[in-house]
Amino acid sequence: MAATDSSHPDYFHKVVDCQWACPAHTDVPEYIRLIAQGRFTDAYMVNRRSNVFPGVLGRVCDRPCEPACRRGRVEQKPVAICRLKRVAADHKDEFRDLLPPIPTQKNGKRIACIGAGCASLTVANDLMPLGYEVTIFEQFATAGGLMRTNIPSFRLPADVLDEEIGAIVDMGVDLRLGHRIESMRKLLDEGGFDAIFVGSGAPKGKELSLPGRQEGAANIHIGISWLESIAFDHVKSVGQNVLIIGVGNTAMDCCRSSLRLGAKSVKVMARKPRQFFKASEWELEDAEAESVEIIINRSPKSFVIEGGRLKGMIFEVMEYDIDARGRITAERIAGEEFHAADDVILAIGQENAFPWIERDLGIEFDKWDVPKVDATTFESTRAGVFFGGDAAFGPKNIIWSVEHGHQAAISIHRHCQGKSVADRMAPGVNLQSRKMGMHEWSYANDYSAAERRLVPHVSLKERFKKINIEVELGFTAEQAAEEVQRCLNCDVQTIFEAKLCIECDACIDICPVDCLTMTPDGSEDDLRTRLKAPAKNVTQALYVSTPLKFTGRVMVKDEDVCVHCGLCAERCPTAAWDMQKSWVKWPHAVDQPATATL
Amino acid sequence: MTFIPKPKIAHPSLPRNELGLTRREYEGALSTLCAGCGHDSITAAIIEACWGISMRPENLVKLSGIGCSSKTTAYFVSGGHGFNSVHGRMPSIAMGANAANRDLYYIGISGDGDSLSIGLGQFCHAIRRNVNMLYIIENNGVYGLTKGQFSASADIGTKAKKGEVNQQPPIDPVLLAMNLGAGFVARSFSGDKAQLVPLIQAGLKYPGFALIDVLSPCVTFNDHDGSTKSYAFTREHYEPVVEADFVPFKKEIATDYAAGEAVPVMLHDGSRVVLRKLAEDYDPTDELHAHDYVQQHIAKGEYLTGLLHCRPTQDTEFHALNRTPELPLNQLPFERLNPGSKQLGKLMARYR
Repeated sequence: MAATDSSHPDYFHKVVDCQWACPAHTDVPEYIRLIAQGRFTDAYMVNRRSNVFPGVLGRVCDRPCEPACRRGRVEQKPVAICRLKRVAADHKDEFRDLLPPIPTQKNGKRIACIGAGCASLTVANDLMPLGYEVTIFEQFATAGGLMRTNIPSFRLPADVLDEEIGAIVDMGVDLRLGHRIESMRKLLDEGGFDAIFVGSGAPKGKELSLPGRQEGAANIHIGISWLESIAFDHVKSVGQNVLIIGVGNTAMDCCRSSLRLGAKSVKVMARKPRQFFKASEWELEDAEAESVEIIINRSPKSFVIEGGRLKGMIFEVMEYDIDARGRITAERIAGEEFHAADDVILAIGQENAFPWIERDLGIEFDKWDVPKVDATTFESTRAGVFFGGDAAFGPKNIIWSVEHGHQAAISIHRHCQGKSVADRMAPGVNLQSRKMGMHEWSYANDYSAAERRLVPHVSLKERFKKINIEVELGFTAEQAAEEVQRCLNCDVQTIFEAKLCIECDACIDICPVDCLTMTPDGSEDDLRTRLKAPAKNVTQALYVSTPLKFTGRVMVKDEDVCVHCGLCAERCPTAAWDMQKSWVKWPHAVDQPATATL
Repeated sequence: MTFIPKPKIAHPSLPRNELGLTRREYEGALSTLCAGCGHDSITAAIIEACWGISMRPENLVKLSGIGCSSKTTAYFVSGGHGFNSVHGRMPSIAMGANAANRDLYYIGISGDGDSLSIGLGQFCHAIRRNVNMLYIIENNGVYGLTKGQFSASADIGTKAKKGEVNQQPPIDPVLLAMNLGAGFVARSFSGDKAQLVPLIQAGLKYPGFALIDVLSPCVTFNDHDGSTKSYAFTREHYEPVVEADFVPFKKEIATDYAAGEAVPVMLHDGSRVVLRKLAEDYDPTDELHAHDYVQQHIAKGEYLTGLLHCRPTQDTEFHALNRTPELPLNQLPFERLNPGSKQLGKLMARYR
């Protein structure tokens, strides 16, 4: 097969599985090493550059990085990336002096952001240092959007939010709280803005129209609205028996909130078996640890009302046939079942909704009444109007919204300079050797066999006393010190220089995970079977050299389970292997080439 | 060498042998040899070979003398038995151990200094006595441990690192072994595991003295231009003349060999070595012919490699000649091992 083109910026980026999986491309191994050195503020800033809200995300991120983590393929459990992020946030010192300076001379361009959630705040964060005047309109009296209203304070304390939102607002953002935008036309016509960013989220909870819904309305709640009411202290109690319909992450927040509002029995009713649950495994675990009962294969049929009051619900007991690939091939109703309830909370999904955008403004909507948004530029069909976060493509999670914000900021910056929004700066990668001397590297290359540390929690006795007691305590210093060593430093890349190789086999013999082979060239499928250990994980690349000078064979590295221990480079007598840190340059608005107009 | 030991983790799809073990379980301690040393590759080939024939680690005896090569017994099959002897005296220890227990596999690791200088006499007599062992010479042409003086295997005209030219003729262990009647004589190269691994497997199974002279470049003192044992020179003057495939007992010979070119050699446990001639005019089973052929090529400056000579039948088998007990000494009852003072008295009387 053709020799690997490692100059393509994606090649080494993909090797850093966590960074590749992160929508915002956070340089995870870099900040983990900084934590290991006790440089918490620097670790925080590495995070902040990509994901803007490290303290928030260190608690409630959906962590796509962790299932991707190479450590999970080398042994069972990935590195606790998310919780290490929190370590950086919890132990950082003052960081505001490290933020980019805000020009006092503005560039004359005014940007409106609708909704003070993570997407809009990211747009402001990226554009304020460039001299823009950013105005954020927020319907509620506090900023934060879903982060504040839908994530309970026992998972995400208000002061963490306040600090990170404050850092952005204090850049000089014109934050208009309690200012709901009722008409896009009015904003376009009278606002005087050069660009508008819609980051209004997906605020509409899905309804469950079953018999009895109207009669029992007083005790049937829409999950996200109910969580919002708790966040604003409008709801302070709930009945003894609570049923939660749906089994996503919102359902988990609803059931755990119910326990803190006085419920004695909380049941989460799931239509399908566990493997189909939408909630993250760790959120399910946390809920179950609090004695929430999750009942599978129960499909809601009707609400039972007696004397004008909700008494419970009737469910159909479902049976499913599941094939070898885990898909449901048939379903049957095996019976019916009554579950008593004082309150029912519906957590079966949410949607974005734009009743305030007139449909004749050139902002096109598709057949599901969702705005047509470009997946790269986040521009709508009307130039100068951008969408991001849940408002763009429906509910995702915070880290996606942040990246939408970054990309929209680039588009807005280009738009305001009169440049094409599609013609953006491409990502790049830089490499820098980590060699310090004979067998000395500027990273800890030894493999730590430690198992994943568990985050300590507040005891089950204590945590229900108040609604805002944060359950997770974060790693102790000792735990963090152990956990950081589990990171494999995947960003310290194995770089091979074919012309230096004397084919002595030293690297192949020492590789602990047998990922190197020198072999006659062949097609990729063929090579994958001929390696020292067959490369069965086709999602991971083969790093193939040009032909070697003595035998014409090629050096093949299966990237799959390389632990980046650097032993190949230590054993190499000619330094044909080197360990080099890859710096993925994922451009933000500030990186776009400057022009004379600004 | 490396400064950190090889981590104890493995590739999830690493193959397992009949004992359910992976290659990793045949490894030893951290090597302290120079990075890129040929000896480390030979160590890796031994690991691969032992794993491949599903050797029980406790059935392997590792013996060595003194030198860079002799350190390597610590670097493979840590579950085996080891004896690190006096310089050049490894064959005596091997012989004694072999006499005491014929059930084990013996592998002796030596170098060109250990075998061709201080231990040359021991080496010759081990061949004469046909000790049932695999004797590997890790041959780099220099005394690496004492900073690169020429050894007895240095070729005429080869240059030392500082430019000095060797003028003394070399001792070639392959020719010497053929002269002394060894039944299994091979030469290989540390950088060619495809050839070396089956040779080691066949050598371990061969019922008698088996020699593999492995060209193993000294990356620190003998890997420069002008050296005849550098990686580059060996690659250029390296001539595989016969390939050996090791076919374990019970396995069918699967590969198709062209008629006349493949010679299967049956070993005592039912496994076979299939010799494949790469040069048409070569006959590895004819000792005299092989000797001449190898010598002619040495004169041309070529390293012939492969199983250069293999004699399937043994009429001087060590245990038969010396009438050693079939049971290992440690399994014999005390009464048989120790005939008692009465018998000792009788025996001593004969010498009075």
